[in-house]
Amino acid sequence: MKRVGIIGIGHGKFGRRTDASVQELAFEAFREALADAKIAREDIDASVIGSVPEYHKQRSLSGVVQEYLGLNPIPTWLTEDACASGSAAIRTAWMAIQSGLHDIVAVIGCQKMSELKTPEILALMGRVGEVQWESIFGTTFPGYYAMLARAHMHEYGTTKEQLASVAVKNHHYGAMNKHAMFQKEITIDKALKSAPVASPFQIFDCCANADGAAVVIMASEEKAKEISERVVWLDGLGSATTTMSVLRRPTLTSLPSAVDASRQAYKMAGVSADDIKVADVHDCFTIAEILAYEDLGFCERGKGGKFIDDRESYIGGKHPVNVDGGLKSKGHPIGTTGVSMTTEIVKQLRGDAGERQVADANIGLTHNVGGNGQYCFVHIYNRE
Amino acid sequence: MFEWFGKVNFTPHTKVSKFAEHLRDGRLMGSKCSKCGHLDFPPRADCAKCMHGEFEYVEWSGAGKLITYTRIDAAPIGFQDLDPYTVGVVDLKEGGRLVAWIGESIPESAIEIGMDLQVVPRVFDELPNIKLYYTLEVPGTTWIKAGEVG
Ligand SMILES: [Zn+2]
Repeated sequence: MKRVGIIGIGHGKFGRRTDASVQELAFEAFREALADAKIAREDIDASVIGSVPEYHKQRSLSGVVQEYLGLNPIPTWLTEDACASGSAAIRTAWMAIQSGLHDIVAVIGCQKMSELKTPEILALMGRVGEVQWESIFGTTFPGYYAMLARAHMHEYGTTKEQLASVAVKNHHYGAMNKHAMFQKEITIDKALKSAPVASPFQIFDCCANADGAAVVIMASEEKAKEISERVVWLDGLGSATTTMSVLRRPTLTSLPSAVDASRQAYKMAGVSADDIKVADVHDCFTIAEILAYEDLGFCERGKGGKFIDDRESYIGGKHPVNVDGGLKSKGHPIGTTGVSMTTEIVKQLRGDAGERQVADANIGLTHNVGGNGQYCFVHIYNRE
Repeated sequence: MFEWFGKVNFTPHTKVSKFAEHLRDGRLMGSKCSKCGHLDFPPRADCAKCMHGEFEYVEWSGAGKLITYTRIDAAPIGFQDLDPYTVGVVDLKEGGRLVAWIGESIPESAIEIGMDLQVVPRVFDELPNIKLYYTLEVPGTTWIKAGEVG
């Protein structure tokens, strides 16, 4: 099979971007991605928008983004899989290219969340839980992951300190990432003294709602080789789902969709968990990163807490994870996140990550979860 | 009448809307497939096993075991007057699970994964329209069922 490569990446500043509209945010990342790829926008023949439309007053977001980026009249479409919308966009771009229908596709993750107030967002996100039987009890998104955390703590003895250690690591790396919303180290003590959100979670167990955009430009093998000398190849794609309802989950201590998606991606790329030199995983809440260590096979089931205790997910450890700061410190503009993760892995594989560079990073992985596991996309990238 | 179910209801129309009428009468109903007999909670109009489209309501005892829980301090719109509140997930004795608030008979310090609980049908008294829900209480908690001598 022919390959599909990433030839350009762009990433804007994440945070409360009260200075910009969603299409203006998209433009920042798009301009940077074009410059990075050294192509003109006329070279692009389709775009895919990764975004969750409910956050914006503008209906049918793709249209306004396409216009503002100057991409008319080429086709565009939007993908939505909650917090995994960005990776869904990358997957459909890969399909569009492999089908032969398009050669160069811009994947635009863009999201503006700060136009809504936190309780409105809690209500919206909570309704990513099942609404007929669950949301009527005021369940929230932190609440769902909190219930997974509680189950994991009960079954494996995972501690609140281990949860907080994930936040400490991610803020450590986020402090070195100019795009991150929070560029500040934190301590375990500070995390454990922060305000309660949904027990056992406190503020520092949770990522922040954010505005921001990221863009990757993907091309067919032929075009990629013609345009770029440092292509990063998307060689493994896995995607799976699990039940919407927490009431029908086979397990509360794992995300089955992540297990399935990662096994598919490893198989397709012809690699195993041991080959992954650097990973960006979906740490919307601290427990989510611990579940990811286990679901991706970086450590044994139930040993995720020990994995962070042993600093195996730091640079120099067995599998450096979220050395860009993760959702935790970058902020989580939900439709953008999967694309943001991809830009980081491309940077790492190119050797462009500066003080956050993982040595000899040749194979990298992104793990992007939608909702509380309803959707998962795992992508494996190779620089060779 | 499914709009009766929940302090805030998001699903007014469903093929299992009689669930709410039964809950008002103090009965917690699951579904039983008319063809293969598969039991389900929450009730489903369409059998998850054999895909058959006819079912009957069967009463659940409401006995169950707590499998996880969280105390919500940051509540969404529509629930801010109640916070903090604790939601729990229970495995039901007759099968299936439900989410509900942990009720007043159980202090926060007594909540433990694995504990036995009783699902108790409830009506929000203070609201002008019928609003139904259920809570998780200590086993042995009683309530009135329609048609039964109290
Ligand atoms: Zn059946």
